[in-house]
Amino acid sequence: MDQAKIEELKAIAHRVRCDIIWALAHAGSGHPGGSLSATDFGVALYFHALRHDPKNPCWEGRDRVIFSKGHVSPLVFSLLAESGYIERQELKTFRKLGSRLQGHPNMECPGIEVGTGSLGQGLSVAVGMALGLRMNRSDSRVYCIMGDGENQEGATWEAIMSAGHYKLDNLCVVLDNNGLQIDGWVEDVMGLAPLADKWRAFRWHIIEIDGHDMAQCVQAFEDAKKVKGQPTVIIAKTIKGKGVSFMENEAEWHGKAPKRDEAIRALQELACPLEYFDF
Amino acid sequence: MAEVKARATRDAYGEALVELGAKDERIVVLGADLTDSTRTKWFADKYPDRFFDFGIAEQNMLNAAAGLSLVGKIPFVSTYGVFVAGRAWDQIRTTTCYSNLNVKIGGAHGGISVGPDGATHQALEDVATMRVLPNMVVIVPADFYECKKAVMWSVEHYGPVYLRFGREPVPIVTKPEDPFVFGKANLINDGSDVTIINNGPVLKQCMEAVEMLAQKGISARLLNMHTVKPIDRAAIRQAAMETGAIVTVEEHQVMGGFGSAVAEAVVQEHPVPMRFIGIQDRFGESGTPEELFEEFGLTAKHIVKAVEEVLAQKKGRG
Repeated sequence: MDQAKIEELKAIAHRVRCDIIWALAHAGSGHPGGSLSATDFGVALYFHALRHDPKNPCWEGRDRVIFSKGHVSPLVFSLLAESGYIERQELKTFRKLGSRLQGHPNMECPGIEVGTGSLGQGLSVAVGMALGLRMNRSDSRVYCIMGDGENQEGATWEAIMSAGHYKLDNLCVVLDNNGLQIDGWVEDVMGLAPLADKWRAFRWHIIEIDGHDMAQCVQAFEDAKKVKGQPTVIIAKTIKGKGVSFMENEAEWHGKAPKRDEAIRALQELACPLEYFDF
Repeated sequence: MAEVKARATRDAYGEALVELGAKDERIVVLGADLTDSTRTKWFADKYPDRFFDFGIAEQNMLNAAAGLSLVGKIPFVSTYGVFVAGRAWDQIRTTTCYSNLNVKIGGAHGGISVGPDGATHQALEDVATMRVLPNMVVIVPADFYECKKAVMWSVEHYGPVYLRFGREPVPIVTKPEDPFVFGKANLINDGSDVTIINNGPVLKQCMEAVEMLAQKGISARLLNMHTVKPIDRAAIRQAAMETGAIVTVEEHQVMGGFGSAVAEAVVQEHPVPMRFIGIQDRFGESGTPEELFEEFGLTAKHIVKAVEEVLAQKKGRG
């Protein structure tokens, strides 16, 4: 991967962060913390690894993406806007009555494979898709974006177990390991360590990266494509709220939208263009 | 060959899946370690590449079915009704129903007729929990033939379907040529004093009750209503207007289930006195099906008593 491409992806990630804050400012509610922590690998996925056609969202040969952590809808819709599935202006309707951009994504929005948001459900759907695609002799891959706190849901482990059992090498999970959940640090609320060992015990291939290092994110997706006979989980170490100083590593920013002055501060920190200050 | 007089509705499910499997490559079947008792083993033996055992993990199985449906398969998820409609309710609600996915759910071992296993394995709330979900269709077939038709129909319909089966052989009372029209009741016996509306494999008891009532000079209409949702409001309105009293019969809790669905229609269409035969806010227990039907008030004798009560109320209203 050449440096120019990495720089281009970083520039996209910067625009996506601006859009996340912008959409949240218009909505007045939503989830900034996990959206910002998952932005860099999200961009690496959508603008490097993923096989998709935003002009033809239902193209059969596409790779599938399931955001099991559906509360990161500000990130999801920003990625979809940046990719061209939806108009960027539509982000202003986020969380408003009648909008295709619901608080947690659903199938009304082009580019969304299935409604998610109730944690611990997405990976099971991804398992079914990966099984079905394999039956169809398709070479499409299934990506599932999960939070670390989600591993506390028992059904998640059922899904992890079944993916290992069925040797789903067309399935790749990205685990947004920001270490925080609504009630505080994951390790204080309900500890998951050693996280990688748990997944490994269920027959998964493990890749551990710095989830804010764009080159590592891109490389991880490339490496995952080469793994045969087992599913892959990319455990991405991230910082909740990454990019906005007062949100970083603060649990309270899990599900709280910035007030007007806070949004302005965040956009200033991100050096966003003037058009972002229209709320 | 001797005429078959009784067969379990779960057998019809197993047979229908095998027939569907031959006709349609999209059919896949998912099980949770109960392959034999849900009769999905018959499909698994014939089409091993299209059968997946998910082990004792129903929540994952239900969402995996959703995933399969999203890539063009028609998954039939099969386990006991208690485990699927209870344990995996959230998955059915938030993934399958919210996204209106093409997932077919077979809930086996419905009702108390499961018998000796007792309360933990007797699905008595599944119709209520499935009926409340938007986009979900709920069908409880009365016998072998009706069940087979229901399963075959479910493939023609895009969207989530809950089909409920029983463990025990039940008398075959419908005919192969009887119509199965989705959402429409079948008239088994016409009558003018009261209407008995049956749901599921207790139809034989209802037929016996109609005969016993006739001997007492009471003319009972008997409707067999396989589709709980959407409920046949037209047949209910007609029954209410023409007979002025209704008794519902189901092998399920009376709260929130089939009788409640009928009552919702009755109060909006044409209010008349009603009685509800079913489980009266109790858990089941171990016993033979016959003993349990007696204990829980599901025999023809109990239906007759309910009819007499509702007729007294109808008369009292003048």
